[in-house]
Amino acid sequence: MATGYLSVIVLLPIAAVVASAFSGGVGASWSAATSPVALSALKLTLISAAVVTAINAIMGTLIAWVLVRDSFPGQRIVNAVVDLPFALPTIVAGLTLVALYGPDSPLHINLAYTSTAVFVALLFVTLPFVVRSVQPVLHALDAEMEEAAVSLGASSATTFRRIVLPNLMPSILSGTALAFARAVGEYGSVVLLASNIPFKSQVMSVFIFGEVENGSPHAAAAASVLLLAISLAVLLGIRGLARLGRGHR
Amino acid sequence: MSVPRPARLGLRAIALGYLALLLLLPVGLVFEKTFAHGLSSVWASLSTPAAVSALWLTLEITLIAVFANTIFGVVCALVLVRGRGRARWLLDLAIEVPFVISPVIVGLSLILVYGTTGWFGKWLATHGIGVIFNPLGMILATMFVSLPFVAREVAPVLREVGTEQEEAAATLGASRLQTFLRITLPSIRWGLAYGVVLTTARALGEYGAVLVVSGNISGHTQTLPLLVDTRFYNFDSTGAYTAGALLAAISIFVLVIMTMTAPDKRRL
Repeated sequence: MATGYLSVIVLLPIAAVVASAFSGGVGASWSAATSPVALSALKLTLISAAVVTAINAIMGTLIAWVLVRDSFPGQRIVNAVVDLPFALPTIVAGLTLVALYGPDSPLHINLAYTSTAVFVALLFVTLPFVVRSVQPVLHALDAEMEEAAVSLGASSATTFRRIVLPNLMPSILSGTALAFARAVGEYGSVVLLASNIPFKSQVMSVFIFGEVENGSPHAAAAASVLLLAISLAVLLGIRGLARLGRGHR
Repeated sequence: MSVPRPARLGLRAIALGYLALLLLLPVGLVFEKTFAHGLSSVWASLSTPAAVSALWLTLEITLIAVFANTIFGVVCALVLVRGRGRARWLLDLAIEVPFVISPVIVGLSLILVYGTTGWFGKWLATHGIGVIFNPLGMILATMFVSLPFVAREVAPVLREVGTEQEEAAATLGASRLQTFLRITLPSIRWGLAYGVVLTTARALGEYGAVLVVSGNISGHTQTLPLLVDTRFYNFDSTGAYTAGALLAAISIFVLVIMTMTAPDKRRL
Protein backbone atom coordinates (compact mmCIF):
# COMPACT_ATOMS: atom_id res chain seq x y z
CA MET A 1 0.00 0.00 0.00
CA ALA A 2 2.75 2.42 0.99
CA THR A 3 4.64 1.69 -2.20
CA GLY A 4 1.52 2.13 -4.32
CA TYR A 5 0.77 5.54 -2.84
CA LEU A 6 4.38 6.64 -3.23
CA SER A 7 4.38 5.47 -6.84
CA VAL A 8 1.23 7.37 -7.77
CA ILE A 9 2.04 10.58 -5.92
CA VAL A 10 5.81 10.85 -6.52
CA LEU A 11 7.35 8.28 -8.87
CA LEU A 12 4.81 8.41 -11.71
CA PRO A 13 5.14 12.22 -12.12
CA ILE A 14 8.95 12.00 -11.99
CA ALA A 15 8.87 9.32 -14.66
CA ALA A 16 6.76 11.64 -16.81
CA VAL A 17 9.38 14.40 -16.53
CA VAL A 18 12.20 12.06 -17.54
CA ALA A 19 10.16 10.58 -20.40
CA SER A 20 9.21 14.03 -21.65
CA ALA A 21 12.81 15.25 -21.54
CA PHE A 22 13.87 12.43 -23.86
CA SER A 23 10.68 12.16 -25.94
CA GLY A 24 11.93 14.21 -28.90
CA GLY A 25 15.33 12.54 -28.88
CA VAL A 26 18.29 14.68 -27.89
CA GLY A 27 17.04 17.50 -30.06
CA ALA A 28 15.05 20.66 -29.63
CA SER A 29 14.23 20.40 -25.94
CA TRP A 30 17.87 19.82 -25.01
CA SER A 31 19.10 22.72 -27.07
CA ALA A 32 16.70 24.91 -25.06
CA ALA A 33 17.93 23.44 -21.79
CA THR A 34 21.56 24.11 -22.73
CA SER A 35 21.01 27.52 -24.33
CA PRO A 36 23.15 30.41 -23.04
CA VAL A 37 20.20 31.73 -20.97
CA ALA A 38 19.66 28.35 -19.32
CA LEU A 39 23.36 27.79 -18.67
CA SER A 40 23.69 31.23 -17.12
CA ALA A 41 20.71 30.46 -14.84
CA LEU A 42 22.30 27.13 -13.95
CA LYS A 43 25.60 28.81 -13.13
CA LEU A 44 23.94 31.40 -10.87
CA THR A 45 21.92 28.67 -9.15
CA LEU A 46 24.89 26.42 -8.44
CA ILE A 47 27.31 29.16 -7.36
CA SER A 48 24.88 30.89 -5.01
CA ALA A 49 23.71 27.56 -3.58
CA ALA A 50 27.32 26.51 -2.91
CA VAL A 51 28.35 29.80 -1.27
CA VAL A 52 25.18 30.03 0.82
CA THR A 53 25.37 26.47 2.10
CA ALA A 54 29.04 26.96 2.98
CA ILE A 55 28.20 30.07 5.03
CA ASN A 56 25.30 28.36 6.76
CA ALA A 57 27.41 25.27 7.46
CA ILE A 58 29.70 27.49 9.54
CA MET A 59 26.98 29.68 11.05
CA GLY A 60 24.73 26.66 11.65
CA THR A 61 27.44 24.84 13.58
CA LEU A 62 28.12 27.99 15.61
CA ILE A 63 24.42 28.47 16.39
CA ALA A 64 24.05 24.80 17.36
CA TRP A 65 27.03 25.14 19.70
CA VAL A 66 25.57 28.25 21.34
CA LEU A 67 22.20 26.50 21.74
CA VAL A 68 23.66 23.35 23.30
CA ARG A 69 26.80 24.36 25.22
CA ASP A 70 25.97 27.92 26.22
CA SER A 71 23.12 28.97 28.50
CA PHE A 72 21.38 32.30 28.67
CA PRO A 73 17.86 33.59 29.34
CA GLY A 74 15.50 33.22 26.38
CA GLN A 75 17.43 30.30 24.90
CA ARG A 76 14.26 28.29 24.26
CA ILE A 77 12.82 31.15 22.25
CA VAL A 78 16.00 31.40 20.18
CA ASN A 79 15.79 27.66 19.63
CA ALA A 80 12.25 28.04 18.31
CA VAL A 81 13.18 31.02 16.10
CA VAL A 82 15.68 28.82 14.23
CA ASP A 83 12.70 26.85 12.86
CA LEU A 84 11.13 30.01 11.41
CA PRO A 85 12.34 29.39 7.83
CA PHE A 86 10.85 25.86 8.01
CA ALA A 87 7.50 27.17 9.25
CA LEU A 88 7.23 30.31 7.13
CA PRO A 89 5.72 29.83 3.64
CA THR A 90 8.30 30.62 0.95
CA ILE A 91 6.17 33.40 -0.53
CA VAL A 92 6.05 35.11 2.87
CA ALA A 93 9.83 34.75 3.12
CA GLY A 94 10.05 36.41 -0.29
CA LEU A 95 7.71 39.17 0.84
CA THR A 96 9.75 39.84 3.99
CA LEU A 97 12.86 40.21 1.86
CA VAL A 98 11.07 42.66 -0.46
CA ALA A 99 10.07 44.67 2.61
CA LEU A 100 13.65 44.79 3.84
CA TYR A 101 15.70 44.91 0.63
CA GLY A 102 13.14 46.09 -1.95
CA PRO A 103 12.74 49.51 -3.56
CA ASP A 104 11.30 50.98 -0.31
CA SER A 105 14.01 49.48 1.87
CA PRO A 106 14.18 51.12 5.30
CA LEU A 107 17.91 50.32 5.24
CA HIS A 108 18.28 51.98 1.83
CA ILE A 109 19.64 48.74 0.39
CA ASN A 110 17.83 47.98 -2.85
CA LEU A 111 18.58 44.46 -4.04
CA ALA A 112 15.56 44.08 -6.34
CA TYR A 113 16.35 42.29 -9.65
CA THR A 114 19.94 41.50 -8.62
CA SER A 115 21.79 38.25 -8.11
CA THR A 116 22.53 39.35 -4.52
CA ALA A 117 18.78 38.99 -3.88
CA VAL A 118 19.05 35.30 -4.78
CA PHE A 119 21.89 34.99 -2.34
CA VAL A 120 20.01 36.66 0.56
CA ALA A 121 16.85 34.60 -0.05
CA LEU A 122 18.79 31.32 -0.06
CA LEU A 123 20.64 32.34 3.11
CA PHE A 124 17.25 32.75 4.79
CA VAL A 125 15.63 29.46 3.72
CA THR A 126 18.66 27.19 4.29
CA LEU A 127 19.54 28.40 7.78
CA PRO A 128 17.91 25.64 9.91
CA PHE A 129 19.30 22.56 8.13
CA VAL A 130 22.79 22.41 9.64
CA VAL A 131 21.64 23.65 13.08
CA ARG A 132 19.03 20.89 13.26
CA SER A 133 21.35 18.11 12.12
CA VAL A 134 24.27 19.15 14.37
CA GLN A 135 22.25 19.92 17.51
CA PRO A 136 21.27 16.36 18.58
CA VAL A 137 24.79 15.06 17.85
CA LEU A 138 26.42 17.81 19.89
CA HIS A 139 23.91 17.12 22.65
CA ALA A 140 24.86 13.47 22.75
CA LEU A 141 28.58 14.20 22.48
CA ASP A 142 30.19 13.61 25.84
CA ALA A 143 31.71 16.74 27.36
CA GLU A 144 34.23 14.48 29.18
CA MET A 145 36.36 14.02 26.09
CA GLU A 146 36.63 17.77 25.69
CA GLU A 147 37.42 18.24 29.38
CA ALA A 148 40.13 15.59 29.16
CA ALA A 149 41.72 17.40 26.23
CA VAL A 150 41.63 20.71 28.08
CA SER A 151 43.08 19.19 31.27
CA LEU A 152 45.92 17.78 29.15
CA GLY A 153 46.73 21.33 28.15
CA ALA A 154 44.91 21.76 24.83
CA SER A 155 43.60 25.25 24.09
CA SER A 156 39.88 25.59 23.38
CA ALA A 157 40.64 26.17 19.70
CA THR A 158 42.68 22.94 19.55
CA THR A 159 39.99 21.05 21.46
CA PHE A 160 37.38 22.23 19.01
CA ARG A 161 39.48 21.38 15.96
CA ARG A 162 40.75 17.99 17.13
CA ILE A 163 37.87 16.67 19.28
CA VAL A 164 34.56 18.40 18.58
CA LEU A 165 34.77 19.07 14.85
CA PRO A 166 35.68 15.51 13.75
CA ASN A 167 32.73 14.19 15.74
CA LEU A 168 30.35 16.71 14.23
CA MET A 169 31.59 16.47 10.64
CA PRO A 170 29.16 13.76 9.41
CA SER A 171 26.14 15.67 10.74
CA ILE A 172 27.44 18.98 9.37
CA LEU A 173 27.84 17.38 5.94
CA SER A 174 24.41 15.73 5.92
CA GLY A 175 22.76 19.01 6.94
CA THR A 176 24.75 20.83 4.27
CA ALA A 177 23.65 18.31 1.63
CA LEU A 178 19.97 18.88 2.41
CA ALA A 179 20.48 22.65 2.48
CA PHE A 180 22.21 22.53 -0.89
CA ALA A 181 19.39 20.49 -2.44
CA ARG A 182 16.85 22.93 -1.06
CA ALA A 183 18.82 25.95 -2.34
CA VAL A 184 19.16 24.54 -5.85
CA GLY A 185 15.40 24.03 -6.23
CA GLU A 186 14.18 27.09 -4.32
CA TYR A 187 11.53 29.17 -6.07
CA GLY A 188 9.07 31.10 -3.89
CA SER A 189 11.44 33.06 -1.69
CA VAL A 190 13.72 33.95 -4.61
CA VAL A 191 11.29 35.04 -7.28
CA LEU A 192 9.67 38.09 -5.63
CA LEU A 193 12.87 40.03 -4.97
CA ALA A 194 15.20 38.65 -7.65
CA SER A 195 12.49 38.40 -10.31
CA ASN A 196 13.51 36.77 -13.60
CA ILE A 197 16.06 38.88 -15.45
CA PRO A 198 17.92 36.51 -17.83
CA PHE A 199 21.73 36.50 -17.46
CA LYS A 200 21.37 38.51 -14.26
CA SER A 201 19.02 37.27 -11.54
CA GLN A 202 17.26 34.30 -13.12
CA VAL A 203 17.80 31.02 -11.30
CA MET A 204 17.09 27.59 -12.75
CA SER A 205 13.69 27.04 -11.09
CA VAL A 206 12.52 30.43 -12.40
CA PHE A 207 13.81 29.54 -15.88
CA ILE A 208 11.90 26.24 -15.77
CA PHE A 209 8.76 28.05 -14.61
CA GLY A 210 9.09 30.41 -17.57
CA GLU A 211 9.38 27.51 -20.01
CA VAL A 212 6.21 25.93 -18.57
CA GLU A 213 4.33 29.24 -18.88
CA ASN A 214 5.55 29.65 -22.47
CA GLY A 215 4.00 26.31 -23.34
CA SER A 216 7.25 24.40 -23.86
CA PRO A 217 6.97 21.62 -21.28
CA HIS A 218 9.54 19.45 -23.07
CA ALA A 219 12.25 22.10 -22.75
CA ALA A 220 11.22 22.60 -19.12
CA ALA A 221 11.48 18.84 -18.58
CA ALA A 222 14.95 18.70 -20.13
CA ALA A 223 16.14 21.56 -17.91
CA SER A 224 14.57 19.81 -14.91
CA VAL A 225 16.41 16.57 -15.64
CA LEU A 226 19.68 18.50 -15.98
CA LEU A 227 19.10 20.27 -12.64
CA LEU A 228 18.04 17.07 -10.89
CA ALA A 229 21.05 15.16 -12.17
CA ILE A 230 23.46 17.81 -10.90
CA SER A 231 21.86 18.21 -7.47
CA LEU A 232 21.63 14.44 -7.09
CA ALA A 233 25.33 14.08 -7.94
CA VAL A 234 26.28 16.73 -5.37
CA LEU A 235 24.01 15.14 -2.77
CA LEU A 236 25.49 11.69 -3.25
CA GLY A 237 29.01 13.18 -3.27
CA ILE A 238 28.47 14.89 0.09
CA ARG A 239 26.86 11.74 1.53
CA GLY A 240 29.90 9.78 0.36
CA LEU A 241 32.22 12.26 2.09
CA ALA A 242 30.21 11.94 5.30
CA ARG A 243 30.45 8.15 5.15
CA LEU A 244 34.19 8.39 4.49
CA GLY A 245 34.56 10.63 7.55
CA ARG A 246 32.63 8.18 9.71
CA GLY A 247 34.80 5.31 8.46
CA HIS A 248 37.97 7.07 9.58
CA ARG A 249 36.97 7.23 13.20
CA MET B 1 33.92 22.66 26.58
CA SER B 2 35.43 25.19 28.96
CA VAL B 3 35.50 28.13 26.64
CA PRO B 4 36.74 31.35 28.25
CA ARG B 5 33.91 33.70 29.12
CA PRO B 6 34.71 36.51 26.64
CA ALA B 7 34.93 34.01 23.78
CA ARG B 8 31.63 32.45 24.83
CA LEU B 9 29.92 35.81 24.97
CA GLY B 10 31.40 36.64 21.58
CA LEU B 11 30.04 33.44 19.99
CA ARG B 12 26.66 34.07 21.62
CA ALA B 13 26.58 37.59 20.21
CA ILE B 14 27.46 36.36 16.71
CA ALA B 15 24.78 33.65 16.78
CA LEU B 16 22.04 35.91 18.11
CA GLY B 17 23.02 38.80 15.84
CA TYR B 18 22.93 36.56 12.76
CA LEU B 19 19.51 35.19 13.67
CA ALA B 20 18.08 38.64 14.44
CA LEU B 21 19.40 40.17 11.23
CA LEU B 22 18.50 37.25 8.98
CA LEU B 23 15.16 36.15 10.46
CA LEU B 24 13.54 38.50 12.96
CA LEU B 25 14.15 41.85 11.29
CA PRO B 26 12.51 40.94 7.95
CA VAL B 27 9.57 39.07 9.51
CA GLY B 28 8.90 41.90 11.97
CA LEU B 29 8.90 44.36 9.11
CA VAL B 30 6.04 42.52 7.34
CA PHE B 31 3.83 42.93 10.38
CA GLU B 32 4.87 46.57 10.65
CA LYS B 33 3.92 47.18 7.00
CA THR B 34 0.62 45.34 7.48
CA PHE B 35 -0.56 47.49 10.38
CA ALA B 36 0.87 50.73 9.00
CA HIS B 37 -2.56 51.76 7.65
CA GLY B 38 -4.54 50.80 10.73
CA LEU B 39 -6.65 47.86 11.80
CA SER B 40 -9.69 48.66 9.69
CA SER B 41 -7.76 48.41 6.43
CA VAL B 42 -6.32 45.08 7.58
CA TRP B 43 -9.83 43.78 8.18
CA ALA B 44 -11.09 45.16 4.85
CA SER B 45 -8.27 43.44 3.02
CA LEU B 46 -8.84 40.10 4.74
CA SER B 47 -12.62 40.04 4.38
CA THR B 48 -12.82 40.37 0.59
CA PRO B 49 -14.53 37.39 -1.07
CA ALA B 50 -11.23 36.43 -2.75
CA ALA B 51 -9.37 36.37 0.58
CA VAL B 52 -12.07 34.40 2.39
CA SER B 53 -12.27 31.79 -0.37
CA ALA B 54 -8.46 31.58 -0.50
CA LEU B 55 -8.32 30.92 3.23
CA TRP B 56 -10.92 28.13 3.01
CA LEU B 57 -9.29 26.49 -0.01
CA THR B 58 -5.91 26.58 1.75
CA LEU B 59 -7.38 24.90 4.83
CA GLU B 60 -9.25 22.27 2.76
CA ILE B 61 -6.17 21.31 0.73
CA THR B 62 -4.02 21.21 3.86
CA LEU B 63 -6.50 19.00 5.68
CA ILE B 64 -6.68 16.45 2.85
CA ALA B 65 -2.92 16.37 2.25
CA VAL B 66 -2.11 16.05 5.96
CA PHE B 67 -4.68 13.28 6.43
CA ALA B 68 -3.40 11.24 3.47
CA ASN B 69 0.27 11.75 4.30
CA THR B 70 -0.21 10.91 7.97
CA ILE B 71 -1.67 7.50 7.15
CA PHE B 72 0.95 6.92 4.47
CA GLY B 73 3.73 8.11 6.76
CA VAL B 74 2.86 5.70 9.58
CA VAL B 75 2.45 2.73 7.22
CA CYS B 76 5.67 3.65 5.43
CA ALA B 77 7.61 3.94 8.70
CA LEU B 78 6.27 0.53 9.76
CA VAL B 79 7.40 -0.98 6.46
CA LEU B 80 10.82 0.69 6.70
CA VAL B 81 11.51 -0.32 10.30
CA ARG B 82 9.55 -3.56 10.80
CA GLY B 83 9.38 -4.87 7.25
CA ARG B 84 11.56 -7.65 5.91
CA GLY B 85 11.53 -6.82 2.21
CA ARG B 86 14.86 -6.57 0.41
CA ALA B 87 13.90 -3.44 -1.49
CA ARG B 88 13.35 -1.33 1.63
CA TRP B 89 16.43 0.78 0.84
CA LEU B 90 14.73 1.75 -2.39
CA LEU B 91 11.66 2.98 -0.48
CA ASP B 92 13.98 4.79 1.91
CA LEU B 93 15.61 6.58 -1.03
CA ALA B 94 12.37 7.27 -2.94
CA ILE B 95 10.79 8.92 0.07
CA GLU B 96 13.55 11.57 0.08
CA VAL B 97 12.71 12.67 -3.46
CA PRO B 98 10.23 15.42 -2.48
CA PHE B 99 12.94 16.98 -0.28
CA VAL B 100 15.45 17.36 -3.10
CA ILE B 101 13.18 18.30 -5.97
CA SER B 102 12.24 21.86 -6.91
CA PRO B 103 8.54 22.71 -6.34
CA VAL B 104 8.41 24.02 -9.91
CA ILE B 105 9.49 20.60 -11.21
CA VAL B 106 6.76 19.00 -9.08
CA GLY B 107 4.18 21.20 -10.78
CA LEU B 108 5.61 20.47 -14.22
CA SER B 109 5.57 16.73 -13.56
CA LEU B 110 1.86 16.83 -12.68
CA ILE B 111 1.10 18.75 -15.88
CA LEU B 112 2.96 16.07 -17.86
CA VAL B 113 0.83 13.33 -16.28
CA TYR B 114 -2.59 14.97 -15.91
CA GLY B 115 -2.50 17.95 -18.30
CA THR B 116 -4.41 18.02 -21.61
CA THR B 117 -1.41 16.67 -23.53
CA GLY B 118 -0.23 14.55 -20.61
CA TRP B 119 -0.25 10.79 -20.16
CA PHE B 120 -3.81 10.62 -18.74
CA GLY B 121 -5.01 13.86 -20.35
CA LYS B 122 -7.30 12.27 -22.96
CA TRP B 123 -8.84 9.80 -20.54
CA LEU B 124 -9.49 12.48 -17.91
CA ALA B 125 -11.01 14.80 -20.50
CA THR B 126 -13.45 12.17 -21.81
CA HIS B 127 -14.53 11.37 -18.25
CA GLY B 128 -14.88 15.04 -17.38
CA ILE B 129 -12.36 15.00 -14.54
CA GLY B 130 -10.38 18.22 -14.19
CA VAL B 131 -7.01 17.96 -12.46
CA ILE B 132 -4.77 20.73 -13.79
CA PHE B 133 -6.25 24.21 -13.13
CA ASN B 134 -8.53 22.54 -10.58
CA PRO B 135 -8.30 21.97 -6.82
CA LEU B 136 -7.58 18.26 -7.42
CA GLY B 137 -4.24 19.08 -9.07
CA MET B 138 -3.39 21.41 -6.20
CA ILE B 139 -4.14 18.66 -3.70
CA LEU B 140 -1.85 16.28 -5.61
CA ALA B 141 0.93 18.90 -5.68
CA THR B 142 0.59 19.53 -1.94
CA MET B 143 0.56 15.79 -1.19
CA PHE B 144 3.76 15.41 -3.23
CA VAL B 145 5.77 18.13 -1.49
CA SER B 146 4.66 17.30 2.06
CA LEU B 147 4.91 13.51 1.75
CA PRO B 148 8.12 12.62 3.62
CA PHE B 149 7.71 14.42 6.97
CA VAL B 150 5.58 11.95 8.97
CA ALA B 151 7.51 8.90 7.79
CA ARG B 152 10.84 10.66 8.50
CA GLU B 153 9.82 11.57 12.06
CA VAL B 154 8.06 8.29 12.97
CA ALA B 155 10.66 5.84 11.62
CA PRO B 156 13.47 6.68 14.14
CA VAL B 157 11.00 6.59 17.06
CA LEU B 158 9.74 3.16 15.97
CA ARG B 159 13.33 1.95 15.73
CA GLU B 160 14.04 3.23 19.23
CA VAL B 161 11.02 1.68 21.00
CA GLY B 162 11.76 -1.80 19.65
CA THR B 163 9.35 -4.71 19.35
CA GLU B 164 9.35 -6.23 22.87
CA GLN B 165 6.10 -4.67 24.07
CA GLU B 166 4.33 -5.50 20.82
CA GLU B 167 5.47 -9.12 21.07
CA ALA B 168 4.29 -9.29 24.67
CA ALA B 169 0.88 -7.97 23.66
CA ALA B 170 0.69 -10.52 20.84
CA THR B 171 1.55 -13.45 23.13
CA LEU B 172 -1.14 -12.26 25.55
CA GLY B 173 -3.65 -12.68 22.75
CA ALA B 174 -4.02 -9.16 21.35
CA SER B 175 -4.98 -8.91 17.70
CA ARG B 176 -2.70 -6.98 15.34
CA LEU B 177 -5.09 -4.06 15.29
CA GLN B 178 -5.29 -4.01 19.10
CA THR B 179 -1.51 -4.14 19.37
CA PHE B 180 -1.18 -1.26 16.95
CA LEU B 181 -3.82 0.91 18.61
CA ARG B 182 -2.85 0.27 22.22
CA ILE B 183 0.92 -0.29 22.08
CA THR B 184 2.49 1.05 18.89
CA LEU B 185 0.44 4.22 18.41
CA PRO B 186 0.87 5.58 21.96
CA SER B 187 4.62 5.00 21.84
CA ILE B 188 5.09 6.92 18.59
CA ARG B 189 2.65 9.74 19.40
CA TRP B 190 5.22 12.52 19.87
CA GLY B 191 7.16 11.70 16.71
CA LEU B 192 3.82 11.45 14.90
CA ALA B 193 2.65 14.80 16.27
CA TYR B 194 5.86 16.51 15.19
CA GLY B 195 5.61 14.95 11.73
CA VAL B 196 2.00 16.12 11.37
CA VAL B 197 2.96 19.66 12.40
CA LEU B 198 5.79 19.76 9.84
CA THR B 199 3.46 18.41 7.14
CA THR B 200 0.87 21.05 8.03
CA ALA B 201 3.42 23.87 7.88
CA ARG B 202 4.61 22.78 4.46
CA ALA B 203 1.10 22.15 3.07
CA LEU B 204 -0.24 25.53 4.28
CA GLY B 205 2.53 27.48 2.61
CA GLU B 206 3.18 25.59 -0.60
CA TYR B 207 3.57 28.08 -3.42
CA GLY B 208 5.76 26.99 -6.36
CA ALA B 209 4.20 23.59 -7.06
CA VAL B 210 0.66 24.84 -6.53
CA LEU B 211 1.27 27.94 -8.68
CA VAL B 212 2.26 25.82 -11.68
CA VAL B 213 -0.82 23.55 -11.59
CA SER B 214 -3.49 25.94 -10.34
CA GLY B 215 -3.86 28.63 -12.98
CA ASN B 216 -4.46 30.93 -9.96
CA ILE B 217 -8.16 31.61 -10.64
CA SER B 218 -9.60 33.86 -7.93
CA GLY B 219 -12.41 32.16 -5.99
CA HIS B 220 -11.69 28.80 -7.62
CA THR B 221 -8.03 27.78 -7.43
CA GLN B 222 -6.48 30.55 -5.36
CA THR B 223 -4.88 29.67 -2.04
CA LEU B 224 -3.46 32.18 0.43
CA PRO B 225 0.11 32.01 -0.96
CA LEU B 226 -1.31 32.55 -4.46
CA LEU B 227 -3.38 35.49 -3.19
CA VAL B 228 -0.16 37.06 -1.88
CA ASP B 229 1.36 36.49 -5.31
CA THR B 230 -1.60 38.06 -7.18
CA ARG B 231 -1.77 41.11 -4.94
CA PHE B 232 2.00 41.60 -5.11
CA TYR B 233 2.09 41.58 -8.91
CA ASN B 234 -0.99 43.85 -9.06
CA PHE B 235 0.98 46.45 -7.07
CA ASP B 236 -1.41 46.08 -4.12
CA SER B 237 1.48 45.92 -1.68
CA THR B 238 -0.62 46.58 1.45
CA GLY B 239 -2.97 43.76 0.43
CA ALA B 240 -0.01 41.46 -0.20
CA TYR B 241 1.55 42.28 3.17
CA THR B 242 -1.79 41.73 4.93
CA ALA B 243 -2.36 38.30 3.36
CA GLY B 244 1.31 37.51 3.99
CA ALA B 245 0.97 38.53 7.63
CA LEU B 246 -2.06 36.26 8.02
CA LEU B 247 -0.04 33.36 6.59
CA ALA B 248 2.90 34.29 8.81
CA ALA B 249 0.62 34.40 11.87
CA ILE B 250 -0.70 30.91 11.06
CA SER B 251 2.89 29.67 10.59
CA ILE B 252 4.03 31.20 13.86
CA PHE B 253 1.14 29.42 15.57
CA VAL B 254 2.29 26.19 13.90
CA LEU B 255 5.85 26.99 15.04
CA VAL B 256 4.70 27.23 18.66
CA ILE B 257 3.07 23.80 18.40
CA MET B 258 6.22 22.57 16.64
CA THR B 259 8.37 23.63 19.59
CA MET B 260 5.99 21.99 22.02
CA THR B 261 5.95 18.67 20.17
CA ALA B 262 9.62 18.56 19.10
CA PRO B 263 11.39 15.32 20.08
CA ASP B 264 13.16 15.40 23.44
CA LYS B 265 16.69 15.37 22.10
CA ARG B 266 16.11 18.73 20.46
CA ARG B 267 14.45 20.24 23.48
CA LEU B 268 16.62 22.26 25.78
